[in-house]
Amino acid sequence: MDTFTLLAHGFLVALEPMNLFYALVGVTLGTAVGVLPGIGPALTVALLLPVTYKLDPAGSLIMFAGIYYGGMYGGSTTSILLNTPGESASIVTALEGNKMARAGRGGPALATAAIGSFVAGLIATLGLALIAPTIVKFALSFGPAEYFALMILAFMTVSAAFGDSTLRGLTALFLGLALGLVGIDLQTGQARLAFGIPDLLDGVEVTTLAVALFAIGETLSVAAARYGGDEKIEPVKGSVWMNREDWSRSWKPWLRGTIIGFPIGAMPAGGAEIGTFLSYSVEKQLAKKPEEFGHGAIEGVAGPEAANNASAAGTLVPLLTLGLPTTATAAIMLAGFQQFGLQPGPLLFATNPQIVWGLIASLLVANFMLLVLNLPMIGLWVRLLSIPRHWLYAGILVFATLGTIGANPSTFELGMLLAFGVMGYILRRFGYPIAPVVVGLILGPMAEQQLRRALAISQGDVTVLVGSPIAIILLVLAVCAVVVPLILRARGKGKVLSQLAANED
Amino acid sequence: MTNNVSASATRRPDRAALVVAVVLALVAAVIVYSTATAHGGSTTRIGPGAFPYTISGCLFVLSVWTGIEAWRGDFPEREAQEFGPVIWIVGGLAAQMLLLNTVGFSIATGILFAATARGFGKRPLWKTIPIGIALSFVVWIIFAKGLQLSLPAGPLEHLI
Repeated sequence: MDTFTLLAHGFLVALEPMNLFYALVGVTLGTAVGVLPGIGPALTVALLLPVTYKLDPAGSLIMFAGIYYGGMYGGSTTSILLNTPGESASIVTALEGNKMARAGRGGPALATAAIGSFVAGLIATLGLALIAPTIVKFALSFGPAEYFALMILAFMTVSAAFGDSTLRGLTALFLGLALGLVGIDLQTGQARLAFGIPDLLDGVEVTTLAVALFAIGETLSVAAARYGGDEKIEPVKGSVWMNREDWSRSWKPWLRGTIIGFPIGAMPAGGAEIGTFLSYSVEKQLAKKPEEFGHGAIEGVAGPEAANNASAAGTLVPLLTLGLPTTATAAIMLAGFQQFGLQPGPLLFATNPQIVWGLIASLLVANFMLLVLNLPMIGLWVRLLSIPRHWLYAGILVFATLGTIGANPSTFELGMLLAFGVMGYILRRFGYPIAPVVVGLILGPMAEQQLRRALAISQGDVTVLVGSPIAIILLVLAVCAVVVPLILRARGKGKVLSQLAANED
Repeated sequence: MTNNVSASATRRPDRAALVVAVVLALVAAVIVYSTATAHGGSTTRIGPGAFPYTISGCLFVLSVWTGIEAWRGDFPEREAQEFGPVIWIVGGLAAQMLLLNTVGFSIATGILFAATARGFGKRPLWKTIPIGIALSFVVWIIFAKGLQLSLPAGPLEHLI
């Protein structure tokens, strides 16, 4: 069957009334939570995971698709109306978008962000549908050695390549890998690092760790910062619609942003930030009125926002086709799959095509719903933004603990949540990135499996790891991902890299 | 949240970061100890110990590297912090953890809610605790009754 037949089947799943309802609930909840200041898509997805616990796999993943796209939308609203972006990928949007809002052009800024996100989401999701079968075919020829090399590459790009310190990125990754060791070894049944505690035999839950690091860690560091805060919500004055000039200045940046964002998300490079920064500088150079940049240029909102959403869809390429999460959000989504015993990867396309294609189709449906819902509901989102901080964070912690209690109402699990929360605070305090910890936790055991499988097949011969051209290329790229940034930083060019830090998303 | 403020001209050993280096070394040591003393499980060519030893080895290296950077004062400067709010919030989480299975979801979570609000400067507790309990009770009804999530019930939840 060709891609379009499969996608059409996917739509049959996605357009079932119940699934449409799940998608609608997903986008609404996703946007509502994503809009809250300080909550990025990763945390949105982690906080809302418990809502999907009791649904069937298809319905749950469809709701998830809505939550993911909704969370991305919500973040851009926050960064335009409030100068503290809810997600790091929206920092660039805040640069121009907030200026536009201050100049009373908040409406068109939100509109170009929303329509740009829609255009980018549409093209990138279609790109995902088109490219996925090819990668799946390619990936089916991968053996354990290639998978292991691929995971090493993902480890290095997520932790060491971007951010302001190779050391701290790698340390965060290895902390995640160490946490991934906890529990029963899958191949031999030996308990590792469980210290005789039965609760630890199942290992550390990805959602517990992610919620603790993002929600509790963030709450603690916001509370501890002596920060009076001059967070001013810009009112949306006048029409939210774009005029003719806005349209003619927006459509090219949307397309360029999509073209920049999608490949970056699709490569195992981690983070939507890189695409948004690239798009911003491209638009700045191509702009007819470059003097407007820094004072609210609409191109500076349209391009990065499109790049942001395109690369969010792009991250689903390695996640769905290879089972490889390259961002914290993708790691949590992988955990969402695993709660139903589904392992994303080439085999999922063969064994559960209706789920994979239903998910891809619902991404398109969710994208469309967001376009319809978002602009009319701006007023409601603005009101959510004005929740006082003490109620906001108190509510965040209620929902953060709710997820853990819902999955496992034990004192021990809550203790872990608290301990990881404090760890998240300390990591933030010392400038460690958070995403590599989460990715290390979920990908570590998978990498170990592949390594031991490879060595079992080769009867202990380690040269099997560099036995194929693909594996060699991937490992060389992995080494480059560590060494090149080290050299750049040593030569004082680290500023650019730290701006590209893949922190939250 | 990365802090991009570059270190000032006078670089001194960063004691707190040195502590981080020590903690990393301790984590590595715990992994080595726990792996070395583990028994059971079948033996294979690459046993269950190889990966832990590799990770702890890397953590040792990172710990030394952290130590060097800390000694040279290469860590980003940290802003002064208030620890009162942190204690309130951690206390709230601890209270919820300990009380959850005896007084039920609503009361335990209500206390967490009030403690967090207090950490952000909202008082008095006699007002915020009832608000928190009421909110948590609504959440309990939605999630335990509506979405069939198993949330611990206490005296309040047994009323309905």
